[in-house]
This record gives sequence, C-alpha cells and structure tokens, in this order.
Amino acid sequence: MKPHTLSVLVENRAGVLSRVAGMFSRRGFNIESLAVGTCEEPNMSRITIVVNGDDGVVEQVMKQTNKLIDVIKVSDLTERESVERELALIKVTAEPGTSRAEILQIADIFRAQVVDVGAKTLVLQVAGDTDKIDALEKLLRQYGIKELVRTGKIALLRGVKTVKSSK
Amino acid sequence: MKTGARTLIEALQREGVDTIFGYPGGVVLPIYDELYDSSIRHILVRHEQAAAHAADGYARASGRVGVCLATSGPGACNLVTGIATAYMDSIPVVALTGQVPTALLGNDAFQESDITGITMPVTKHNYLVKDAAEIDRVIQEAFYIARTGRPGPVLIDIPKDISTSEVKAGTTIPETVSLRGYQPTYEGHVRQIDKALDLIAGAQRPLIYAGGGVVLSGASAELLEFMETAAIPVTTTLMGLGTVPGDHPLCLGMLGMHGTQSANYAVTECDLLIAVGVRFDDRVTGKIETFAPNAAVVHIDIDPAEIGKNKKVDVPIVGDVRAVLQALLRRMQKRGDTANWAARINSWKAQYPLGYCDDGHLRPQYVVEQLSGVLKGEGIVVSEVGQNQMWTALYYCFKKPRTWITSGGLGTMGYGFPAAIGAHFARPDMPVVDVAGDGSFQMNIQELGTVAQYNIPVKVVILNNMYLGMVRQWQELFYDRRYSYTELPPVDFVKIANAYGIEGITVEEKDRVREAIEAALAADGPFVLDFRVEREENVFPMVPAGAAINEMIGVRQK
Repeated sequence: MKPHTLSVLVENRAGVLSRVAGMFSRRGFNIESLAVGTCEEPNMSRITIVVNGDDGVVEQVMKQTNKLIDVIKVSDLTERESVERELALIKVTAEPGTSRAEILQIADIFRAQVVDVGAKTLVLQVAGDTDKIDALEKLLRQYGIKELVRTGKIALLRGVKTVKSSK
Repeated sequence: MKTGARTLIEALQREGVDTIFGYPGGVVLPIYDELYDSSIRHILVRHEQAAAHAADGYARASGRVGVCLATSGPGACNLVTGIATAYMDSIPVVALTGQVPTALLGNDAFQESDITGITMPVTKHNYLVKDAAEIDRVIQEAFYIARTGRPGPVLIDIPKDISTSEVKAGTTIPETVSLRGYQPTYEGHVRQIDKALDLIAGAQRPLIYAGGGVVLSGASAELLEFMETAAIPVTTTLMGLGTVPGDHPLCLGMLGMHGTQSANYAVTECDLLIAVGVRFDDRVTGKIETFAPNAAVVHIDIDPAEIGKNKKVDVPIVGDVRAVLQALLRRMQKRGDTANWAARINSWKAQYPLGYCDDGHLRPQYVVEQLSGVLKGEGIVVSEVGQNQMWTALYYCFKKPRTWITSGGLGTMGYGFPAAIGAHFARPDMPVVDVAGDGSFQMNIQELGTVAQYNIPVKVVILNNMYLGMVRQWQELFYDRRYSYTELPPVDFVKIANAYGIEGITVEEKDRVREAIEAALAADGPFVLDFRVEREENVFPMVPAGAAINEMIGVRQK
C-alpha cells in the first residue's frame, strides 16, 4: 500500500468530476487528495488524484477511470520523474511578541510567504511537496493553527514528456 | 425549422429504430405528439420498468439496440431497475427520458428527478441535453456507445423546452462518431495470442469457460470451430448458454453455484483455463482462491478492466472475442494431447448426469424438459429469476445463441415477462416462452395488459410452488427450515389471465404437461400455463456460498 499520483485528462464538461468521484466511492477506492482545473487544452481539464492501494488496486482504479467516456487519458506518475506540488494556506496564532518572530523565522526557512497580517494571526502561504507542507504544519501546531486549507496535489512529468491525449 | 422532438424522432429513425417501448407523461408530450404519426412503432407498457426490460429483451434477441421512453421523475425512476439489469449484463439499450424545462432544473419542480445523477452508476454513459442543436450528435453518440466495445445502456435526458424549441434545419450530421475518450480495442495483441497458443499446445487438461461476451460479439461459430479444432471441452456461464449446442459432445453445461458436477470438476482439475467473454463472477467461481487452482489462465475480453479484476491471469488478451478467436484459429499450429482428459470428462458426464426424482408427481424439472422437447431449441426462452431460472438453465437444451434471455448479473425478478415482450418484437418469427415462478411473475403481472392489447403471442409457463422458491431453498438448507416470509398464498393465474381476455390452463397432473405446452404454443395469442408443481423441490447440485465449486451438495451418482 502506497500513495499513487494519477494524472487524469478529461473532457471539460458538466458532471465529469462527479462521474470520476462517484466511480471511486462506488468501487471503494480511497481518494487521498484530488485537484482539478483547466489545462493547456481549451476543452479539457486535468484532474490529479492521489489514491492509496497496492498495485492491483491501482491498476483497477486506472482501468475503471479509463472506461469513463469523458476520460481521455490516465497516467500513473508515481514511478516516473515528475514534479509534485501542493499549496497550503495556514492561519496561525501569532500574538505580538516572541512567537511572532519565531513563526516568521520558520516561514522563512520553508520559503513560506506571509499573505495576511492580523492583530493576533498570520496567514502563511506555502507550496511544495506533501512532506514539506506536513513538516511546516507540524512545526506551527505549537503556536496554534486556527485554520488550514490545502489544494491537493498537482503534478507534471519532468522534461519533454507529457500526459496528453494520444488519440 | 423543426422542433427538438421532431429532430429526435428523425435521429432515431436514422439509427434504424423500429420499435420503442414506453409510457407517456407530462414532459414527454411533445415527443409523443411526434411519435403519433411517425413510422416508429410504440408499444405502450403498463409500468416503465417493463419498458426498460422490453427494450433489453429486444436487444438480447436481436443484437440491435433496444429503446425505451419514459417521462421525468417517477417515469424515469421506474426505468432504473431495467437499466441496471441491462448494465450488469452488458446489453445495448438507449433509454430516453423527459425532464422538466431547463429553467426549472434543480428547482425541485413537479416530477423532477436528477436521473442522470441517479443512473450514473448503472449506465455506460448518459446525457442531459441542454441545447436542441445537440440532439443529432447526442443520439448518434449514444447508439454508438451503447452497441460498441463492451455494450451497455445509455440514458438521454431531454428537458421539455428542448423538445419544443426550434432547431435550425440543414445542420450537418457527422458521418462517423469520434470520441477521443472512447476507443475500444477490437484486435487482440498478436504476441499474447501466440502465448495463448503455446499454452494450448502444451496443455493436457484444457478447458474453455465461455460467457455472455461470446453472445454479444456474435462469436458462436468461431467458438465452436475453435473448440472442435483444438479438441477442448467447454463449460458456459448462465449468460453463455446457447453459444455452443447443449448436446454437443464437448459441452459440459453450466458451471458455478448451480453448475453440473462435470463442469465444476473439470474447472477444478484443468491445467489450462481459457476464459472467453466472462468476468469471473462470484456465482461462477465460488471461493475464488480454489477456482481453477491448477490452471494457467488465458482471459479474452473486450473490457480491459475485467482482466485481473477477480482472478490473476497469465495471458490477458484484450479484444473482441470474435476477432480474437479468429486470430487463434488462423495461427494455431499444434494442439495438446488431450485424449486422457477427454476420457476423464466423458466418465464424469456418464457418472454424474443431472437428475431429479422422476416419480408420478408434477416436478418443475419435468415441465422444463417437456418444453425443451417441444421447442427443440427453436424458440426463444426467457426466464424470471430464482429456481425457475436455474431449472431452465439446467434442463432446457439450448442450441443457438440469443435463444436464452435471462437477468444474470443483477438477478432481477419480474424481468422475464416484459423481456419476452421485447424479444417477440425483435423476432416475431420465433415462439417466445417466459418460464416464471409465481413470485417473479407477480412482480410484473400487469404486463398481461400489454400482451392482451397488442395480442403478443408470449407464452408464460409458471412453475407455481406458492413459495419464493430459491429463498425458501436457502432457508431450508441454511436457516433450519425457518420459512421467514417466503410462502405465497395460492393465486388463480388463469382467472387473472382470463380477466385480461387471455387464455390459460392450470395443470396439476404430470401426464397433462406436454399437451398443455403444445396447446399454448398452438394458440395464436398470449397464453398462461399455471403448473402446480411440487412445492419444496430444490435446485441441485448446489455450491454453498463461500465454498469451492467442487464442494457441491445435493449431488447424484449413477
């Protein structure tokens, strides 16, 4: 069992996300994270899904996803050279005084940006792979995280290779 | 300028639709108005579920796409069981539903239901048409998707304002369908085919396990030639009955939970299993770990997702069953030495024939045997679900594909009677018989109204045991004979038939079975035969749930 990152190219149509998500829940596949948005082709969207399972399960996930008429291409990026990124916004308690300075130092080390400064809070924006965001989240917990939101992972193959419609 | 409804009817005609099974209602009024004087025949059923089953039966009997039509909300929802039945058995059906006007969508309007959302898990694809200009394309795509690749049902939801709105005349209709997300593989990979042939050449105990995919791809002749050329015995699934003649020397009959002993023993002992158009369903495999435990497995199927889903496969071949069997035949050079295996199988067949207590009592197996003797494989036999289905599968000798119509995957009681109606319109030249139980028949008994109205010569053979027989059998065997809510009070089915103006005979004696069947078949119109059979007869052999398929109960030995 390990997380697999799937890049799914779909028709940009009403209901496509619900077809994909419905099939996952119906067949008992667990989605760890899901991100969807437009892509380089005007009529297509790209869904990045992180799914947990052994190789047999992931093979079924890919085949069943591929069967959906609105799905154009499914690729498993896990074993391939790829860049994977996630973005998080973290609202952390930061009373004026010592903790605020510490938080700013930590943010600096993680290359996180301060995108909002309030009287008692800071909102940090951080991008990176899942481990990096997990690590930052863990460090900030001691100061009190008031709210946190993550985008879900997005990924692309490195170099000239692409996940495109082969048809 | 023409309306969306007119465009729809013309698009259906272009797809060659000659019959629609349906039920009118508010938001489909514009479509029904166009049907009124169109060349398409519309059969008015008595419940929308029957429309879906009739379209399915039409598709199974003909190999063409079956079409049903219902209004929004309750009408559409009533189609769902029929659509799910077609989906589980990969049957090409196009279901048309009306929908509330687009302005009211999502508004909880009168008779609104999100039927595309509801049917997403039980359709191959579905559409909500939001622009009348899309109707031509959507109809063309829907029929293409329904009948190609692994077939399946497609639903098209059409809001009322789309039916009434004007479509510009002269819009060009594409000649072929091109869907970048849907490109089925038809030809098997040559390297995989050669790997399979290597296994066949080396196998000493090969077995073919053939299913509904053979029927769907029209590959019966190829399967027959392949098994005879390679001298490999064949067992079929419930859905595969009729793909090879039941009385062929290489045919072992059905396998699985109610399979024959010889078929189940052969699966357990074979060293090569060639799975053709099947999906290793749990009713076939029993305990999957002990299914064909000694065999290398070749799996031929058009749906790549079926390969490796339930059982590990050594040689997967993705492709149309017919094309792959042709390639296997073309490239076959050597067959294995299977003489000992043939002898072993023949001794099983001789030692373990199917059988029942053939005394003076009226037993359901006897009724099916007599039906088989009268029809001689030259009719279409439809079944309901339960004991009636299994007895028909075991005791009727099917000789041709598309002469056996049954709900395999979903196991839908009430399927048979409306499916038989559909089968009649697909093959008006063939006698059509629905073998029913008293429970199943009462699930869609209202369709007596339909067969009466159109004088549809469907014959209903009721194996009436006043029980929900299969459930009662499980209660007898596994629940200490506690018959919890499975007993049905007696019903005079002939009187009910008569009330619709339909003839019928009640039969209680064994020696009147044959003449009753002959009388029913000789009648011009519909006919109901109510056979009062032994009440607590069981379907045997039987593999208990979770057991290996060679661990059968109720077995007989000669």
